Amino acid sequence: MPHVLLIEDDMSVRDGMELVLRRHGHEVDAVATGEAGLELLARPQGGGIEIAVVDLMLPGIDGFEVCRRIRARSQLPIIMLTSRGDDLDVVSGLEAGADDYVVKPVTGRVLEARIRAALRRSGPATRTASDDFAGLVIDRAGLTVTKRGSTVPLPPTELRLLLELSASPGRVFSREQLLESVWDHDFLGDSRLVDAAVGRLRAKLEDLPAKPRYIQTVRGFGYRFGPL
Amino acid sequence: MRLPRLDGLRGRLIITVVVVALISAVTATALAYRESRDAVLKRAQNAAVEDFRNRVQQQATELDVPTDPRAMARLATDVASGMRASLVVVQYRDFTASSDPAADRTRITPELRVAVRTQSRVSLQRVEQGGKPWLVLGAPVGMDATGGRGGSGQRSGVEIYAVVSLAEEEHDTAELVRSVQRGLLPVVLLAAVLALLAARTVLRPVRKLARATRRLATGELTIRVEEKGRDELAELAHTFNETASALENSVGELREQEALARRFVADVSHELRTPLAAMTIVSSVLEEDADQLTPDTAHAARTVSAETAKLTRLVDDLIEISRFDARAVALTVHSVDMAEAVRGTLAARGWTDRVEADLPPGIRARLDRRRLDVIVANLVGNALRHGAPPVTVTVRAVGDRLSVSVADHGPGLAPEVARHVFDRFYKADSARSRSEGSGLGMAIALENARLHGGTIELAPPAPGVGAVFTLRLPLRTESAS
Repeated sequence: MPHVLLIEDDMSVRDGMELVLRRHGHEVDAVATGEAGLELLARPQGGGIEIAVVDLMLPGIDGFEVCRRIRARSQLPIIMLTSRGDDLDVVSGLEAGADDYVVKPVTGRVLEARIRAALRRSGPATRTASDDFAGLVIDRAGLTVTKRGSTVPLPPTELRLLLELSASPGRVFSREQLLESVWDHDFLGDSRLVDAAVGRLRAKLEDLPAKPRYIQTVRGFGYRFGPL
Repeated sequence: MRLPRLDGLRGRLIITVVVVALISAVTATALAYRESRDAVLKRAQNAAVEDFRNRVQQQATELDVPTDPRAMARLATDVASGMRASLVVVQYRDFTASSDPAADRTRITPELRVAVRTQSRVSLQRVEQGGKPWLVLGAPVGMDATGGRGGSGQRSGVEIYAVVSLAEEEHDTAELVRSVQRGLLPVVLLAAVLALLAARTVLRPVRKLARATRRLATGELTIRVEEKGRDELAELAHTFNETASALENSVGELREQEALARRFVADVSHELRTPLAAMTIVSSVLEEDADQLTPDTAHAARTVSAETAKLTRLVDDLIEISRFDARAVALTVHSVDMAEAVRGTLAARGWTDRVEADLPPGIRARLDRRRLDVIVANLVGNALRHGAPPVTVTVRAVGDRLSVSVADHGPGLAPEVARHVFDRFYKADSARSRSEGSGLGMAIALENARLHGGTIELAPPAPGVGAVFTLRLPLRTESAS
């Protein structure tokens, strides 16, 4: 059963979410602070935790910092819990390395769907080929990316996005298409998820992130891999 | 130096000063010309009369009366040779003698002849002939007039006329006018330069004020201008500074209130959402298990779940409208395929089969897709709830404008309802029954349209047509907050 780390300071919300997650068959570590969550992740193999659900508004170190610290040492999928309309928080959270976000109040069904989608992105890929794009090697079987021989660690969402884009070099993908194929969102998903993930990918893959070679913006339409 | 604009203050000032200078110069010239011309002509006239009288007195003593044409001709020649007269005519009864028989005698007018016959002094008249001025003198030869024969005052019957040219005097006065005219251009130029200098002293502070006003308008509220001197301009600068200070204070207060409002919205948002988040997640558990509960408990569980969902929507809408009030909203703009977007809105809410959509392919717009979804969902939801089928959604693009019309075939809106349809919590039914929605949907839709620089219009009632709401937006909206 997928093992979820839930970091939420409000006891009622935490208990409710823990209840729902357990009913959906997850093993849950529910804690009230970022520090406590990071401690659990510091255990060997990250305590077996497969996904973190992190509230942004936390006492002590906030959700952004928790995301940054998790990202600094692992590629664990992270879902942020935000309040609707806190646009700046969403953008900052995505920049801090979160893969997705859900808006509170959230029903059990929606939370479960998001967790499943994030975990699916960590699952095995459908293609089993390896592509070499001018020094950028994408191993679709081993789910690894190397650039000029050095491994580039990527969290599942970024890796899935790269796999999706590079599977059809030169094809333009709209943000909505990417949201559906990578995040499993319906059309109303927030396209900022895509923009933020592209930004993070460029920072890791491109020599000059401001002048990208691999993931190019097609103004008014979306993104395209190459042409190189 | 930049040429002044004629419609500007500087241009107007220069034109005014130059016109005044011109009028002054021309008036002064005209008066001077008139006075000097009069004086010159008077002097010439007096000299001519004196000369004429002397000549006639000298020569008339030789004249016997009755006289004969030869003596008359000699008299005319003698008088003419001694003075500047171009023509001297002597008249006696029907005889006329002239110093220049070929000369034109019409310059001696009948009026002058009458004056000479009726008066015993030298009569004179100025005439113009051939474009030249002439002085015509006339006198009876007798005691009173000329001191000649007949000194007893009796008239001898002999009349003598002299025509003297005034061309030289006219030339002198014309020369005076010409010299004044030559002086006009420097005077006008000097006036223009002086006007420019005067304009600068006025315009420099005015320009500074204009610059300061522009900067004030762009939000630079600390801008002030120098208050120099004690004139009206200094007073204007002082008033500007006072206004800017007052504006700075007011805006400061407003910004403070706005910041407080934003803070309040954020706090309320968090405080309300936290218990709602707990209620929502727990009630979803209750709803999932409702089938295994007793009917009463199941009903209670479903009611709690449904009401929690309504409360969540109400709180969400309240917070959303408060964020608009606090201007704490932002647009996330992308290029959107309109047909795809509207279809998505209908599909996400299960309305695809209930709504007829006229969505031409290829219409793309730059807008916030999530906010477009909110607008379209509110308009269509409203039509489905309050109107009658068929409900149609039509997307059109004309020029750089986009329109999305939602029409139903219900009874339409009464005028008093139409006036308030975008009001918050407005209910057409005075019974104040609870609406299905939050009562804020249309207000939020309108705010979202305005955020894009657009609007939502309600068409005037027409027979056979229900309510028709049209969202109008620019095809390209720039990101803004």
